Amino acid sequence: MSDKTTAIPIRDELVNLYLNNLDLITEGSAEVLNQHRQEAIQHFKLLGLPTQKNEKYKYSRIEPIFAHNYEKYFAPKRIAFNVDDIFRCDIPELDTHLVLVLNGFFLSKAEKITTLPSGAIVGSLAEAAKQFPELVKARYNRLAENQTDGLVALNTAFAQDGVFIYIPRNVVESKPIQIINLLMSDENQLVQYRNLIVVEEGAQANVLVCDHTLSPKRFLSNVVTEIFVGNNAKLEFVKMQNEHNDSALLTHTYAHQQRDSRLTTNLLSLHGGFIRNNLSVTLAGEGADAQLYGLYLTDRTQHTDNFTFIDHAVPNCTSNELYKGILDDQATGAFNGKIMVRRNAQKTQAYQSNNNLLLTADARMSTKPQLEIYADDVKCSHGATVGQLDADALFYMRARGIAEREAKLLLMFGFVHEVVKHISIHTLRERIDDMVNKRLRGELSRCHNCPMHCC
Amino acid sequence: MLVIKDLHAKINDKEILKGINLEVKAGEVHAIMGPNGSGKSTLASVLTGRELVEVTQGAITFNGKDLLEMAPEIRAREGIFLSFQYPVEIPGVSMVNFMKAAVNEHRKYRGLEPLTASDFLKLMRERKELVEIDSALTNRSVNEGFSGGEKKKNEIFQMAMLEPKLAILDETDSGLDIDALRVVANGVNKLKRPDNAVIVITHYQRLLDYIVPDYVHILYNGRIVKSAGKELALELEEKGYDWIKNGENA
Ligand SMILES: Nc1ncnc2c1ncn2[C@@H]1O[C@H](COP(=O)(O)OP(=O)(O)OP(=O)(O)O)[C@@H](O)[C@H]1O
Ligand SMILES: [Mg+2]
Repeated sequence: MSDKTTAIPIRDELVNLYLNNLDLITEGSAEVLNQHRQEAIQHFKLLGLPTQKNEKYKYSRIEPIFAHNYEKYFAPKRIAFNVDDIFRCDIPELDTHLVLVLNGFFLSKAEKITTLPSGAIVGSLAEAAKQFPELVKARYNRLAENQTDGLVALNTAFAQDGVFIYIPRNVVESKPIQIINLLMSDENQLVQYRNLIVVEEGAQANVLVCDHTLSPKRFLSNVVTEIFVGNNAKLEFVKMQNEHNDSALLTHTYAHQQRDSRLTTNLLSLHGGFIRNNLSVTLAGEGADAQLYGLYLTDRTQHTDNFTFIDHAVPNCTSNELYKGILDDQATGAFNGKIMVRRNAQKTQAYQSNNNLLLTADARMSTKPQLEIYADDVKCSHGATVGQLDADALFYMRARGIAEREAKLLLMFGFVHEVVKHISIHTLRERIDDMVNKRLRGELSRCHNCPMHCC
Repeated sequence: MLVIKDLHAKINDKEILKGINLEVKAGEVHAIMGPNGSGKSTLASVLTGRELVEVTQGAITFNGKDLLEMAPEIRAREGIFLSFQYPVEIPGVSMVNFMKAAVNEHRKYRGLEPLTASDFLKLMRERKELVEIDSALTNRSVNEGFSGGEKKKNEIFQMAMLEPKLAILDETDSGLDIDALRVVANGVNKLKRPDNAVIVITHYQRLLDYIVPDYVHILYNGRIVKSAGKELALELEEKGYDWIKNGENA
C-alpha cells in the first residue's frame, strides 16, 4: 500500500530533478552522451523504479532505498582533501594501470585520458566522448535496456561520466586495468555513472573494478557498464564490491560477445548494505565462451541480489556460471539465473550452479534458475543448493585438533575459494583470498592502506 | 593411558554399547575385531567425541583426565587420533591448509610457536615419505576425489603429522591393495614408540601380520565378549564368528 503512495512522488521527483538540472547535466558531460538523455528520461517516466511485481526485481525492494534524502551533483564537487593521501590501493606486486572515479566522476591529476604504450586507451568517458567521439558513439548505449528497466533508463538520463577503456585490434594489454570507484562525502549522495569497455577483435585485457565507500554517509550508486568483446578477443572482468552497511549499490552490466571471444566475469560482493547486480551476456558470435563467477558474503541485515541473463543467440557457444554465497545473521539474498537458448543456437553448452550456505536459521536465500531452451541439440544443466556447513566435515576437522570456529572458517573459505580460484592473476587472487578470509573472520576487509572503516 | 569402565552408549535411543571395559597402556597394541554392526566404530566415535553418540553410563579416562568432558578438538590435542573408517571429503580445503591448521593448533596447545612455512613444508615432506604418499595428493583438497586406498593412506599420513599418543585405526586396511597395506602398516610401526599406543579395528588377520597386537578383543553386540593374545585373531580367521555368537546365546 505505502509502496504505491510513495512510488509516484519518487518518480516525479527524479524527473523534475532531471528537468531542472538539464543544463548542468549536459554541460558537465559530452554530446555523445547527451544525445541519449531525452529518450531515456521518457522511458523512465513510463517505467518508474522497478517494483517487486517486475519478475526481475521480485526479491529486491528498490523504492525504499531511493526514499532517503540524497545530494546529487552534476559537476565534480571539490573535496578538501587529497584522495591520494587517503586512499592508496595496495595489492602487493599487483602492477596495474590505475584509474580513480570519485563520486561518479573521473578523477585525474593530469590527463583525463591516456593512451598506454600498448595502444590501449583508458580514461574518462566524458573526455573520450570529446576526443574520440566516433569510437564512443559507435558503442555507447547500444546494450543498455532503457526500454525495460527504469533504473537503466534513469542512468542513461543522468550519467555524465565514468570510465572508458578501449583496447584496439590485436592489442594485448598485459597489465591489468584497475578502476577504483570511491564514494567519499560529508553528505548522503546519489551517484550515477557509466562505463564503456571495448575490446576489439583479437585484443586482450584484464579489468578490475573495486567499489569502496570511504565515508560513513549514505550512498546510492546506480551504475551501468557496457562491454564489447570482439571476434577472438578476450576479457577478464573482476569486480570487487566492498561498501559499508548504509550503502546501496545497483549495477547493470551488459556484455556482447562476438565470434570465438572469451569473457570471464568474477563478481565478488564482499560487503555492502544493499547490492543488486544485474549481469547480462549475449553470445552473439559462434564459438564464443562466457564464464560467469560470483560470490556474495552477507551478514547482519545485508541484502545481495544477483540477476544474470545469458543469451545464447547463435550456435556453438558455451557458457558456464557458478555463483556462491554465505549468509549469516538475518541476511537475505537472491540469485536468479536465466539462460536463453534461441531456436537456432544448436550445440549450445550451458551450465549453471548456485550454492549457498546459511549460517543461521534467520538468514534467507531465494534461488531461481530459469532455462528457456528453444533449440533441440544442446547440453544444459543447472543446480542450486541451499544448505548448512557439512557436519561430518566439521567433525573430521575437530577430530584433528582444529577448533570449531577455525574449522567453520576453513570450510567457508574452501566453499568460496571455488569461485575465487578462477581469477587468473595470481597476486590478485591471493589478495582477494586474503580479503575474503578477513571478511569471514569478521575483521574489516578494507584495503591495507585505507584508514577509513568501510564496514 | 586409556581406561574405559562400564561404557554404555546409544545412538538415537538405540543402545549400541552395552558395558565396555578396556584398558590400554602405553606401548601396547590392541586389536578389536567383531562382526559388522557390533559397535566397533561407535566405540571409536565415543572416544573421539562425536555428538551423535550419547554416553549414558560409564567413564573414560585418558592419561588420568576425564575424556568425556573434553570437546573433540581437545581430545585430539591431548593425543587421540582416529583413522576414520570413512574419511570425509572436504572440497575447497587444501590438504596443506588443513594440516597446517591442525599441526599449529596442537603446537599452540603445548605452548609452542606455530611452525614457519618452510619448517612446515619440511615436516610434510618428511612424513609423506614415511607413508609413501604421492605429493600430488597433498596438493589437492582434503580427500576430494581420492580413491578408497588413497583416503586410507592419507589418514596415516595425518597420523604421522600429528604423532598421537593413542591412534585408533578403524578398518584402515580396507580398500588398500597388498603393497599399500604393507606400506601403511610399516608407517604405523615406524611411528610406534614405548610411550604411545594403538587400537587396530579390523576384520582380517593380514593387517595383524604386520601390526602385531599384544591383545585381541572381540566386540559383539555392544560388549567385549572375549579377550586374548594375538592367536585369537588366527582362530577367528579359521572359525568365523559363529562360535562366539552361539557361545553368547548358550
Ligand atoms: N548414525 C547412525 N544412526 C543410526 N544407527 C547407527 C548410526 N551409526 C551406527 N549405527 C548403528 O550402530 C550399530 C553399530 O554400528 P558400528 O558402525 O559401530 O558397527 P561396526 O562394528 O563398526 O561395524 P562394521 O564392521 O560394519 O564397520 C549398527 O547397528 C549401526 O546401524
Ligand atoms: Mg565400523
